[in-house]
Amino acid sequence: MRDYITFLWRVARLSFQGGWKFYAWMTLLTALALVGLNAYARQLVDGLSTTGMTNQVSWGAYIANFTFLVGVAAAAVMLVIPAYVYKKQSMHEVVIFGELMAIAVIIMCLLFVTVDLGHPERFHHMIPPFGMFNWPGSILSWDVIVLNGYLLLNMHICGYLLYKRYLGAPPTRAFYIPFVFVAIAWAISIHTVTAFLYVGLAGRAYWHNPIVAPRFLASAFAAGPALLILTFQIIRRVTRYWIGDEPIFMLRMIMTVAMLINVFLLGCEVFTEFYAPTAHSAAARYLYFGLHGHEGLIPWIWTAIALDFVGLGLLITPLTRRIAWLNVACATCFLGIWIEKGMGLIIPGFVPSPLGQVVEYLPTLNETLVCLGIWALGALLYSWMLHVAIPIMRGSLRARPGAPAAQPH
Amino acid sequence: MNPPTPGDGGSQTVEQAARPLTRRTFLKGSAASALGIAAMAAALKPLLALERENLSVDAFLQKHYQELTPQELRRILDRLESECEQSRGIRPDIRDIRPREDTEFAYALNIGRCIGCRKCAHACIRENNQSRESDDDINMSYIRVLEMEKGGIDLETSDHYYDADQVPRAGKFYMPVQCQQCREAPCTKVCPVKATWQEDDGLVVVDYNWCIGCRYCMAACPYDARRFNYSRPKLSPDQINPCQSYLSNRLRPKGVVEKCTFCLHRTREGKYPACLEVCPTGARIFGNIRDPGSEINYILKNKRVYVLKEDVGTRPRFYYFFDK
Repeated sequence: MRDYITFLWRVARLSFQGGWKFYAWMTLLTALALVGLNAYARQLVDGLSTTGMTNQVSWGAYIANFTFLVGVAAAAVMLVIPAYVYKKQSMHEVVIFGELMAIAVIIMCLLFVTVDLGHPERFHHMIPPFGMFNWPGSILSWDVIVLNGYLLLNMHICGYLLYKRYLGAPPTRAFYIPFVFVAIAWAISIHTVTAFLYVGLAGRAYWHNPIVAPRFLASAFAAGPALLILTFQIIRRVTRYWIGDEPIFMLRMIMTVAMLINVFLLGCEVFTEFYAPTAHSAAARYLYFGLHGHEGLIPWIWTAIALDFVGLGLLITPLTRRIAWLNVACATCFLGIWIEKGMGLIIPGFVPSPLGQVVEYLPTLNETLVCLGIWALGALLYSWMLHVAIPIMRGSLRARPGAPAAQPH
Repeated sequence: MNPPTPGDGGSQTVEQAARPLTRRTFLKGSAASALGIAAMAAALKPLLALERENLSVDAFLQKHYQELTPQELRRILDRLESECEQSRGIRPDIRDIRPREDTEFAYALNIGRCIGCRKCAHACIRENNQSRESDDDINMSYIRVLEMEKGGIDLETSDHYYDADQVPRAGKFYMPVQCQQCREAPCTKVCPVKATWQEDDGLVVVDYNWCIGCRYCMAACPYDARRFNYSRPKLSPDQINPCQSYLSNRLRPKGVVEKCTFCLHRTREGKYPACLEVCPTGARIFGNIRDPGSEINYILKNKRVYVLKEDVGTRPRFYYFFDK
């Protein structure tokens, strides 16, 4: 126990130690997060009328970002599976960074849902025994369970392994291996359940479609690794923690396959909607070509498709064996999928409305600032976790500095 | 790139690298903390404008409607009445009206008679205290009247913003849509906190003091029947209908969902819904389908009746029929 308190104290101290670049970066993120908090405070006072949402388009940027980020969090398994199932040693050295990212991203997800609520102070209505939790009826209640469960699993796994590493003692397998395997299945479940949020609504033809869940997973397993590849390079550039090329190229392979499946499923969807169009294709028509003169989403979706195809084109050619090109592919895939899942999936579900109205949606400035604040806070959390975890992983923060560093688990 | 190898010898431990606490670092740390706290306070400053009704401890601790004892409910109704008096300048009479025995309400609308005058949509908003920018703003009305092209029932051809002074227009017909009080209601199924449910007489209601405002029910509704209070409802005292009930037309706080309840504060006491009373053509038929002698029962048995979007499996209690 005393060891653990010392550990927490050292971690807390380490959190505020760094070079000027570290301070500048963290100050910038804190400032952006506070700008977001300020915008949210305004939203709390004036209501969600500060957003671009309406009775017709009742979910917007918040839920779009939420959906996208659940996928990014789930994608941590793309490091866990090679490391623990296929026992790739090179992946073991980076797997913790994926799990830490999952923690930061799940917290972002929970924040995005919270800012979308009209009455966040009634959040306890979901928590038995104070509340009335509509489980198993409501898929949203499932989502609350799986997201929080995934957060706890990853917090346990990361916290336990880092602490053991700090102590210089080998971790006890029984204390983390079962959780790692549960977390693999759990990661798939968080994105599946999030897809079912939409798929379960028979009144929204654009969502009531079994392909949504597989497509969510495919796009997530492209976007998540894209972010990890970029993160790994930042880590190896600004810290002394060595990450070899092997994990990066393993992720490249995973990304390529996931992106191919994603684009294939997109093709399946487009074929169904446009080869034999029915009244139910109206949302897809609005998305790709506009409906009754309303064309708000056309620039978004075609940008997303262009980015996806550029990314895929780079991934399947030898060009992306060069890191610079790989980075371009990661950036385009990440951005493309973000648009595709946000403006491309959430908004067309509401347009046209169930009574045939076409009401367009565009986020307001205030809403955008709230989103920006949550992204900044997520980056802040992840930066902080890496800042603390890397010295522990390297062995420079340990209980007994004299003793030799522990081997990777 | 020439990478350092793992366990690179040049590393210091954090303890070695840590600077000792000097006067200088202490002052720097204090200045940074003060700046941080000031920035936080500045970010949260808009919260000073929060209305008092949002900060009530009683409201925060209030239980779900279905778990309230009669005494608790009485206290809540009193509180709501005085809150309304303080904030709106008019004291309403808010009652709790329960379903009647052996009653299941249903509505039927004669498409052949509706002329699209939209009097029902206006009556709805006057009766149910929805927010409005002006007297003729019916954006929050529970009834949307669709002007549609003759020759089919394609909702996509509908116009919601036609000029009601010109009706009925040639080549058009009119279809009012409101909550269908579905037997298999998707909205109640998806609510994560059971803030909306179906009562014994079939009416789907919302506990505005329990709703967390996630709007999942709005996404689930195939009839666009639900409205959200994106801001505090705008009503002047003379626009407020003071005859209110807890589950229907009492004033809503901002941030909750509301919907048509077939005017349960009227219909559970034997009156007709406001939309029916105002209809100039008699297109609307309302009643208890468990009463064999009711007009609604006659219509359902004898007319060519259909329901909207039968394919989504909601089994509405709102019917449309064609007749002279």
